[in-house]
Amino acid sequence: MAHWLTTRTALIAAVALGLAAGSAAGVGFYTFVYARGASYMTNDPTACVNCHVMRGQFEAWQRGSHHAVAVCNDCHTPHNLLGKWTTKALNGWHHSVAFTTGQFHEPIQITERNRKITQQTCRDCHGDIVAMIDTHTRGERVDCIRCHREVGHGD
Amino acid sequence: MTQPHPSDQPGALERRVTGGRFIALVLAIAIFSGIVTLAITALLMNIQERKQEARNPFFRVVELDDMTVDPAVWGKNFPLQYDMYLKTVDMQRTRFGGSEAMVRRPTDADPRTQVAQSKLEEDPRLATMWAGYAFAIDFREERGHAYMLEDQTYTQRHQKEQAGTCLHCHASTYVPYKIAGDGDLIAGFEKFNPLPYFEARKQMETIMTETLDDPHGLHPVACIDCHDPETMALRVTRPGFLEGIAAFKREVEGIDNYDPNTMATRQEMRTFVCGQCHVEYYFKGEGKRLTYPWTNGLRGDQILAYYEETGFADWTHAETGAQVLKAQHPEFEMYNQGIHARSGVACADCHMPYVREGALKVSDHHVRSPLLNINNACQTCHNFPEAEMKERAELIQSRFFEMRDLALDGLVELIAEIKAARQAGVGDEQLRAAQGFQRKSQFLIDFCEAENSMGFHAPQESARLLTQALDYVRQGQLALRGSVAATSGATGALPPSVESAPAPPQPMQPAAPPENPPDEQSAQSAPASESAVFNEG
Repeated sequence: MAHWLTTRTALIAAVALGLAAGSAAGVGFYTFVYARGASYMTNDPTACVNCHVMRGQFEAWQRGSHHAVAVCNDCHTPHNLLGKWTTKALNGWHHSVAFTTGQFHEPIQITERNRKITQQTCRDCHGDIVAMIDTHTRGERVDCIRCHREVGHGD
Repeated sequence: MTQPHPSDQPGALERRVTGGRFIALVLAIAIFSGIVTLAITALLMNIQERKQEARNPFFRVVELDDMTVDPAVWGKNFPLQYDMYLKTVDMQRTRFGGSEAMVRRPTDADPRTQVAQSKLEEDPRLATMWAGYAFAIDFREERGHAYMLEDQTYTQRHQKEQAGTCLHCHASTYVPYKIAGDGDLIAGFEKFNPLPYFEARKQMETIMTETLDDPHGLHPVACIDCHDPETMALRVTRPGFLEGIAAFKREVEGIDNYDPNTMATRQEMRTFVCGQCHVEYYFKGEGKRLTYPWTNGLRGDQILAYYEETGFADWTHAETGAQVLKAQHPEFEMYNQGIHARSGVACADCHMPYVREGALKVSDHHVRSPLLNINNACQTCHNFPEAEMKERAELIQSRFFEMRDLALDGLVELIAEIKAARQAGVGDEQLRAAQGFQRKSQFLIDFCEAENSMGFHAPQESARLLTQALDYVRQGQLALRGSVAATSGATGALPPSVESAPAPPQPMQPAAPPENPPDEQSAQSAPASESAVFNEG
C-alpha cells in the first residue's frame, strides 16, 4: 500500500469515489428492478410484454393453438443453453435500443436470424412428421409458418 | 493541488506528483461514474415514460350524450381519433380511383375552390348511359368523408330537383331525425324523405343551430353516427340500413326482428357501420322512403330481380325511352361476395387499419383507400412486399377495367341501335323487348361501375355481372332484329337462388355465393319470384 494513502486528500478522494460509484450502482439497481430486469432471466411469457409493443403478439399467442404447449422462448430461442442465452442477450439488446429510441418498423417484423430460429424450433418438435416432405422441396426450404402462420399467433 | 504540502520533508516532490496523478484519476472516475449515472437515469426516465404510455390514460374533458353531434366536442375526449378523422380532407389519387384537387374559380352559387375530376369527362359513355338523368349533368370522383355534404350541396345535379332523402347519408342526420320525430328516429326519417332537398336541408340546419345551438349547423358524417356516446361501442343509426338489413334477414335468412345493434358481432359491426351508407338504394313510393332493395339477396342480379318484380324505374332514358335504373355505390353488397368477406375481414380492417399511438391501438379514422396505406392495410395479413401487394390489387383492377370497358361499349351500341330503331319505326313489341334488355344490362354495368373498388371487392362476382350484362346487350340487339326466340333458355334466368345455397360460415356474409357455378337445371327450378323475372324457357 502506497504511503500517500494515509493523507487526508486520499481519504476524501476515496469517499467521493465511493459515493459516485455507489450512487451509480444504486440508480442502476433501482432501474433494473423498476424495469423488471430479473423477469428477462425467466421463461415467463409475460416478461415479453413488459414493453407494450409486444402486446398484440402476446394476445395473439393467447389465441393460438400452441398457447397450450409453448411459450415465447420455445419458438423464439434455440433449444440449447448457449443458443438460448445468446439469442436472449442479442434480442434483448436490439429490442431495448429499438424501444428506447423509437426507431423500428411498424408493424414489427421478425429478423432473418430469428425467423431461422423459429423454423428450427418447429422442427425440433415436429421434425419426425415433416422429415418425409422435406425431400420434396428443391433449393430453399419452405418455412413451416408460411402455411401454418396461425399456430403460434392466432387471429 | 488544494492540499498544502510541507516542502521541507524528504520526498515532498515525489509525493506531490503522485498526489496530482491520484487526483486526476479520482476526477476521471468521478466523471465516468457521473456519465454512467446520467445514462442510467435517462434510461430510467425513458422506461418510466413507456410505462406511463402503457397505462392508456383517458381524460374525460367533456360529457357526451346522445345529442352531441359536433365531432370537435367528441374530439376533446378522443383527440387521436379526431385528428385522423380530420385528415379525410386529403385528396390523393390511386391508379383507378381517388380524387384530385382540381382548382376551380368560386362563384356565388358554388363557393368551392377545389373539386374532384369529372367522371363524365373521363368517360363520356357514362353520360350516354344516364341520358335524361341528373347524373348525366354532373358526376365527379368521390372525395373524402369531409366533403360529403359540401359536394352534395353544390353538385349541378340540383338542376333537377333532388329529394330530402339524400341527406340520410350525406349529413349527420341521427340527431336531427330524432328531434324532428320527437325522439322517434324513424318518424323523423319519414318527415324529411318527401321534402325537396333544400327544404329538408334548411329545416335540419335550423334544428342544428337553434334547437342544438351548434354554430356549425349540419355536419358531414360524425362520431355519433357510428358510436354510442356512453360506451363508444359501434352502432348503426341510419334508418335505411336498420330497415334494409332487417328485411334481408327476414326474407332471405328467415330471422325475424333483426336488430344489428343487439344481434351483430363486433366484427360484423365493423362492416355494418360502413354498410349504413355504402349500398345500393332507391326512393320508394310517394313518401320517397329510402329503401335498400335486399329482399332477394345482396347480389347485383338479385337486386335487379327485386326491381323487375316491383317495376321501379328511376327515369325514362332520353334516347331510347327505356324505363331505366341508376345503381348507386353498392360497396357493402359487392364486398360481401368477395374473398375478404368470406375470410371474416371487415371494412374497417382494410379501410381503417389499426395504428399504434404510444401504447394505444387505434383504428385509423382517416378512412381511405387501402392502396394508400398498404403497410397497415394489407401487410398485417399478407406477408409480401408492398410493391407486390400493390401490383396484385392493380392487376385485379385493370382486368376489371377492361371488362367494364367492353360492357360499356356494348351498352352504348345497344342504346344507339334502339334509338335508330325507334326513329325507323320498328314495332312496339320488339322495341319494348330491347328496352327491357337495356334496362337490365345498364343496371348491372352501373352496379359494377358505381361500386367504388374497380372490381377489387369481388373480382369474380363483378366479372359474372358484367358478362350477364353483355349477354343482355346481345339479347337486346337480337330483339331489335326480331329474333328473341333464338336466345337460349337459360339467358335472363338468375343463377341458383341464395336460398338454396348452404348457410355461409360467417354471419357477416349474408349472401355468399354458392360453391358451385350456376347450373341451368337449378335455374329452371328457381322459385317463382325469381324465374318470373325473365325466363324465356
